[in-house]
Amino acid sequence: MAGTLDHAVHGGHRRRVPWGEISRYAAMIVLALITLAPIFVMFATSLKTPVEIQSRIPRWIFMPTLSNYEAIVTQYRFVPYLISSAVIGLGSTAITLLTAGMAAFALARMRFPGRGLIAHTTLVIRMIPPAVLAVTVIGFWIAWGIGDLVPGWLYTLPQGLGRGKLLDGSQLGLMLFYTALNLPFSIWLLFGFIRQIPVELEEAAIVDGANLLQVLFRVIFPLMGAGFAVSAIFTFRIAWNEFILALMLTNRFTKTLPVFAQEFMRDEGVLWGQLMAVGTLIVIPPMLLTFFAAKQIIQGVSAGAVKG
Amino acid sequence: MRTNRFVPYLFLLPAVAILALGLLVPLYNAVMLSFYDWSFGQAWSARRFLGFDNFVRLVTDPGVWASVRTTFVFGFWVVTLEMLIGVGLALLLEKAVRGASFIRTVFVMPLMIAPVVVGLIWRYMLDARSGVVNYYLGQIGEAIPFLQNLGFAPQVWLADPTLAMVSIVVSDVWQWTPFVFMIVLAGLQGLPGDVIEASYIDGANWWRMIWHIKLPMMRNILLIALLMRVIDVFRALEVIFIMTGGGPGRSTRVLSLHLFQTAYTSLDLGYAATIALLLSVILIVFSVVLLVLSNPLKEKADF
Repeated sequence: MAGTLDHAVHGGHRRRVPWGEISRYAAMIVLALITLAPIFVMFATSLKTPVEIQSRIPRWIFMPTLSNYEAIVTQYRFVPYLISSAVIGLGSTAITLLTAGMAAFALARMRFPGRGLIAHTTLVIRMIPPAVLAVTVIGFWIAWGIGDLVPGWLYTLPQGLGRGKLLDGSQLGLMLFYTALNLPFSIWLLFGFIRQIPVELEEAAIVDGANLLQVLFRVIFPLMGAGFAVSAIFTFRIAWNEFILALMLTNRFTKTLPVFAQEFMRDEGVLWGQLMAVGTLIVIPPMLLTFFAAKQIIQGVSAGAVKG
Repeated sequence: MRTNRFVPYLFLLPAVAILALGLLVPLYNAVMLSFYDWSFGQAWSARRFLGFDNFVRLVTDPGVWASVRTTFVFGFWVVTLEMLIGVGLALLLEKAVRGASFIRTVFVMPLMIAPVVVGLIWRYMLDARSGVVNYYLGQIGEAIPFLQNLGFAPQVWLADPTLAMVSIVVSDVWQWTPFVFMIVLAGLQGLPGDVIEASYIDGANWWRMIWHIKLPMMRNILLIALLMRVIDVFRALEVIFIMTGGGPGRSTRVLSLHLFQTAYTSLDLGYAATIALLLSVILIVFSVVLLVLSNPLKEKADF
């Protein structure tokens, strides 16, 4: 159909230069270059020596060295902070999926007083930025010692990974805030997915004697893989990348990688090599997600505007 | 579904508890702290009640209004550029061609990268002495001397007030244009095909097609994309913090960065909470408008 229409519109008699085609490909090549070049510059710089980095003339062909990566692992506490980042990122993702799934189930399938109020409140406060959370809780955090509420000795890192805590109050606090920041989006995203599941499935399970928790975990959750994937990607993205809350709430044992990276920018000068090495390692998980789940990410981004 | 009347609340309890502790308590703190003078590191008992002094200070503080103005300047340029480029690219690349899915994957990347990393990449590339941007600008300027008058020469990007603003705008456009692109593209692909076909048959050309049919049909989606970008402009500070720290002087200190520095550099938590309240009110108003434009609950259930 489209073919015949094109024919009718563009008049197939004369052979014309396919400007549309050419401009599309040109635009795509330019776009890919503009998008990828900065990321490539970071990666290339992470493989250079300080002398090469300081050189006024950028070199694209050089002898790569892993010395920056070696330095951040052996001279700095990269590994403990990586573990801290991973614990916080995966922990808040897991908590978000579980609690958002339960809440979305209640909102989608049950009628009760306060349902509209709860749903709309989450949507109204969903844009509160991390900076607001950080500056309004940090005082109490320090003054009341909230960061130390969970005894660190319970979760001390194994020897050899560097001294530090695997999980302490500051990490639980960050998980709380990252979960809260992602819950509104996740709840209504999963809400939409649950609404698409035929209610007869649940009724059949109940007739068979299942209780509501069993319905949720055995019937609904297994059908929500796609919704959970989108929700997990967006939660992990915030928790892994966030900087301001992490800067204010973590201590020297529990920093996340963005906070660690930023410390290579010092008053006496920036250690670009090490900084770019940490930066490269920070972007690896999101990059992998992009390659394997670009479709889900696009779906999540456009869900807010299009599906409405 | 018939259940005990407490059951729904049990399912909601974990999420509501986390939202209350994680979002509502900080908002409550902001309201409460805005009536006090309390510094970072002080005991809670050392606070001093000020009444409405913090609010009077907020309204009369030239620093706050300067940062609001900076936010508007920054927001005007990034939102305008991102909307124009994002919509333009979506219209251009709407038609499926070979390689389109690859470019969409590539285009997702900037959205996934940590703001701190975006900031440090651009700070490095815009470095006045050893940055790649200056090197190639200088090379082009030397090759074609005429272009030197148009700025094709090494610049002190992050040390000049105007150029620093240009720099943070460029980094934001780089990171967020894909967001507009994706939303608009999804909208274009969701347009009813029969209307488009009918207008082709009526003889509408490419330009009329876009201007009189596609864009008007997408009005709501465009408004939502615009509003989401405006909201993010008010939320964002990490990239600017890394690239310029708000400087030189105060030339790139947007409102959220001013908020952060009031707490983190000036240690003035009571006043920071007052600014946080202002920012929260702005963002809650925007959220309500967004909710009116696009309520994710409305079409799916009777709320």
